[in-house]
Amino acid sequence: METKLVVSSSPHIRASQSIRSVMIDVLVALFPAALAGVIFFRWGGFLTIILGMLSAMVTEAIILRKKNIFGDGSAAVTGLLLALVLPPIVPWWLVVIGGAVAITIGKHVFGGIGNNIFNPALTARAILTLSWVGYMVHWVRPIDLATSATPLAGASTSFYNLFVGAIPGSLGETSAFALILGGGWLLYKGHIDWRIPGGYIGTVFVMGTLLKSSGNLAGMLSAGIFHVLAGGVMLGALFMATDMVTSPVTPRGKLIFGIGCGVMTMLIRLYGVFPEGVTFAILLMNAVTPLIDKLTMPRKYGEVTS
Amino acid sequence: MSLMNDFSKGLVKENPVFRLVLGMCPTLAVTGLAINGLGMGLSTTAVLLSSNLVISVLRKAIPEKIRIPCFIIIIATFVTIVDMLLKAYQPALHSQLGIFVPLIVVNCIILGRAEAFASKYPVVNSMVDGLGMGLGFTLSLTLLGAVRELLGNGTIFSANIMGAGYQPFRIFSFPPGAFIALGLMMAGMNILAKKFKLE
Repeated sequence: METKLVVSSSPHIRASQSIRSVMIDVLVALFPAALAGVIFFRWGGFLTIILGMLSAMVTEAIILRKKNIFGDGSAAVTGLLLALVLPPIVPWWLVVIGGAVAITIGKHVFGGIGNNIFNPALTARAILTLSWVGYMVHWVRPIDLATSATPLAGASTSFYNLFVGAIPGSLGETSAFALILGGGWLLYKGHIDWRIPGGYIGTVFVMGTLLKSSGNLAGMLSAGIFHVLAGGVMLGALFMATDMVTSPVTPRGKLIFGIGCGVMTMLIRLYGVFPEGVTFAILLMNAVTPLIDKLTMPRKYGEVTS
Repeated sequence: MSLMNDFSKGLVKENPVFRLVLGMCPTLAVTGLAINGLGMGLSTTAVLLSSNLVISVLRKAIPEKIRIPCFIIIIATFVTIVDMLLKAYQPALHSQLGIFVPLIVVNCIILGRAEAFASKYPVVNSMVDGLGMGLGFTLSLTLLGAVRELLGNGTIFSANIMGAGYQPFRIFSFPPGAFIALGLMMAGMNILAKKFKLE
């Protein structure tokens, strides 16, 4: 009888959703992209993914002093996301340091899950890029793993290759198809809001079409499509920018956030020093998330603005 | 006993960098190498010792209402002397520290000690206080510089520690690494302070 009648204060509506169940859904959603990475980049890709996840999970278990290294699954997601934004061929110690840095400096110095300001995986990537830039821009072609430039740095490729992912790039960012599959699953489950990826990808497409593109309408449109498919926009828009902790909570705020990420990405790509700007664009927008939330806070019914 | 306390409080209990969080500008800017941290710390110590001495001597003569300008003039005098001495005898270090030597004038530790201590206490206590605070500052900067140099360059005071195969954790040589290293060391100090009940 006691178990059936629970007297408690609000909230009274309970959901079966937990951090763990959401994180498992995200892991499932990332599986196609990870699989594509392993298919295209072979053992190097596989080892990077395993090491990244293990390093993040072990670091989390040590910090939380828990024996169960999977825990709530958030560290596994962080480790996997980190592995997916690393170049396919990196030294093992770089992946291990990256996983540990993501969990400590990216997450636990702010107070653990739910309290971090910046996306942990991208924080780690930024720190690794600043520290070991030589390894972090070492791109290889899929399958034969020969050193090559990325499409964003000028290597020519077809739209089919861009879509399927048979291009040089980070482990999990190359295959737009696999990412859309996973992102679609998350949208269907309601874990992410269309406004962030919609605003992000839409802005990248519009700016890619209008700025610095040349020729007739078809040429301009294909420049826009190129910018959407190349580099980390798909991965960033669907999995990084939509991180629940570091993105705004209000619907309007989410749209502003997505558009801001798109604008920053394209400004860095077209007018900046680096060929790719997704990491820094999302980190910058993470920093202004509290401001966006404050700005777009819904008003109480009947409230008068002063 | 009191003199000993005036001296030692600056080293750990009221360490200007890790406990009072004062003088952050030079702390973050010049600690890329241990030698720079040491040089900056010693220069600041020299200024702090001298300004505490003079301000303490003049503490009854300085009018209350214009005490801050008076302190600044005294401090600026000593900073200029240190700046010129460094330029004459340690030109390499001087060029490394750059603008941060003249900026010792506005280091809040020095003005803070003048206002909080030297303008109220006798000469000997003030000098001991200045020396303790200065050495605490030097110790912190050297420590931070050593950690950053070790991680970011594999060396301490230019002596190779990590071996030839070490791939430097470069970010610790850059400004972001200064913030990360300082934050982590401060957290470590807080843990130690709790353990040894320094509060």
